[in-house]
Amino acid sequence: MEDIKYVFEVEKDDFVRAGETSSKIKKTLRELGIDSSIIRKISIATYEAEMNIVIHSLGGQIVLEITPGTIKITASDRGPGIADVELAMKEGYSTASDRVREMGFGAGMGLPNMKKCSDRFCVTSSEGKGTYIVIEVDLKAGE
Amino acid sequence: MKICEVKLILNAEVLCGEELLENEVSYAFGSDLMSDVLAFVKGKTLLLTGLTNQQVVRTAEMADLSAIVFVRGKKPGEDIIDLATEKEIALLLTRDTMYTASGKLYGNGLEGVTIDL
Repeated sequence: MEDIKYVFEVEKDDFVRAGETSSKIKKTLRELGIDSSIIRKISIATYEAEMNIVIHSLGGQIVLEITPGTIKITASDRGPGIADVELAMKEGYSTASDRVREMGFGAGMGLPNMKKCSDRFCVTSSEGKGTYIVIEVDLKAGE
Repeated sequence: MKICEVKLILNAEVLCGEELLENEVSYAFGSDLMSDVLAFVKGKTLLLTGLTNQQVVRTAEMADLSAIVFVRGKKPGEDIIDLATEKEIALLLTRDTMYTASGKLYGNGLEGVTIDL
């Protein structure tokens, strides 16, 4: 399989289109014949990352990269950044608005969920700049 | 349990996915928190929820859920039904509350999801 790279822009506060990027990524992985349990992990982690960009950021992008052994999702945004990443990683901690909570998000499960779905996970953030998340899931031998 | 049995047990209206009613679900999960659905659901699971926004269908899509039951008579908008049709997710609507619907399904042998904490 040749290396593949796709870049998707994600707008802030666009709750109508929220999830479209994750849906496109899921479709792409399906078309490539990736194992369904791997697709599920990537889809859930990407969707959480996409919702975080829509809910919390000033906008950003999600990049899908597929190399022979690994699927990599990079979610980056233009700010405002997370003040305390360690605290944000705790299940149940959230700064989401009531509007977001009414939609079933903002339960403080996003980052822990992403980590749970990944083989390798990294989040870095600086206040005023932005957040950078890398999610990697290994492909099984033969894929 | 087949989705058509869920329909009968909950006296539910099928909003879309008539052709999916013969499909089986192994577990059910009731929640209005989509992040919890994403965190805890595995396998062929039926989602019961009182939320009727687009993110419910997106969540089902990402977590590979094949059917959603909207409880308390809460009917989603046409745009949501259209999205579920496109994604091949059956939508059912019952007048039962979450508690009653869950009790009826559990009583008929549909198990809950086990959570590893």
